Amino acid sequence: MEDDAMMIFPLAQTIAQPPDAAASTGLFYLFAILAGASALGVVLSRNIVRTAVFLLFTLAGVAGLYFLLDAEFLAAVQLVVYAGGTLVLIIFGVMLTSKSPGIRYEPKIVEVAVAIGVSVVVAAALVMAIVRQFPAEPASIERHPTIAELGQVLLGDYLIPFELISVLLLVVMIGAAYLAKARRRGGK
Amino acid sequence: MSGLLSQVGLHHYLILAAILFVCGLATMMLKRNAIGILMGVELILNAANVNLVAFNHYRHAAGAAGGIRLDGQVFAIFVIVLAAAEAAVALAIFLSFYNNFTTIDVERATQLKG
Repeated sequence: MEDDAMMIFPLAQTIAQPPDAAASTGLFYLFAILAGASALGVVLSRNIVRTAVFLLFTLAGVAGLYFLLDAEFLAAVQLVVYAGGTLVLIIFGVMLTSKSPGIRYEPKIVEVAVAIGVSVVVAAALVMAIVRQFPAEPASIERHPTIAELGQVLLGDYLIPFELISVLLLVVMIGAAYLAKARRRGGK
Repeated sequence: MSGLLSQVGLHHYLILAAILFVCGLATMMLKRNAIGILMGVELILNAANVNLVAFNHYRHAAGAAGGIRLDGQVFAIFVIVLAAAEAAVALAIFLSFYNNFTTIDVERATQLKG
């Protein structure tokens, strides 16, 4: 087991730490680069369908990070609900609204300059604050939380929000159906 | 350099979440397609979720009486549900807008402008 990790991650020999930690470090950088690079792709891509595909890879990378953070259930939910549900919904929206004659969705040069300026300032401020406030520290966790414990919390301390959110989903379903077909009453 | 290659800590996740947040912000500012803006919102919500789960893992996990506190993960689940609901309503609004104006360019949404 340890030899395998040593072979796959030769870095493990140079930095003194258990092979499991080295493996998770490698996996973290894999998923982090996947998510970050795809997020950049979302910003830079011109084609809206390509933007959606980049968003899919970002969501998948974030799901991998959830696995590394011992949140297996959340990772599964991320893949099923976000990548499987929300993104399909978005792609359907793209397909239903793609025919816009004579419209090009290009930002103006001023908008690009403002966006770059604001993004750089916010990113610098966030990174500086994080580096200053949160020095490197090991995980405070001794054992992995189980999905059963998550279910206990969800139906225990958070029972009322849990039930409220089901009502919210019902309202959203009705509202979305109403909004999407409201035009027929207007009659063209 | 040794700081970067050492064991992954809380600040690694926080910096990644900051990158995702800034990408979402830039997406919202740059896209004129309404669905592109929606994707920026999804990126920002994901950044918040990464922060919640990372803090839950590194800071908050040791609860009282030997238990494990999972508030961050529960909040992240709620955020995912709300994001799905928000996407459904937003797309319904975009469809309605498209049916009236045959475009989803947000610059054309000026009917309420005074």
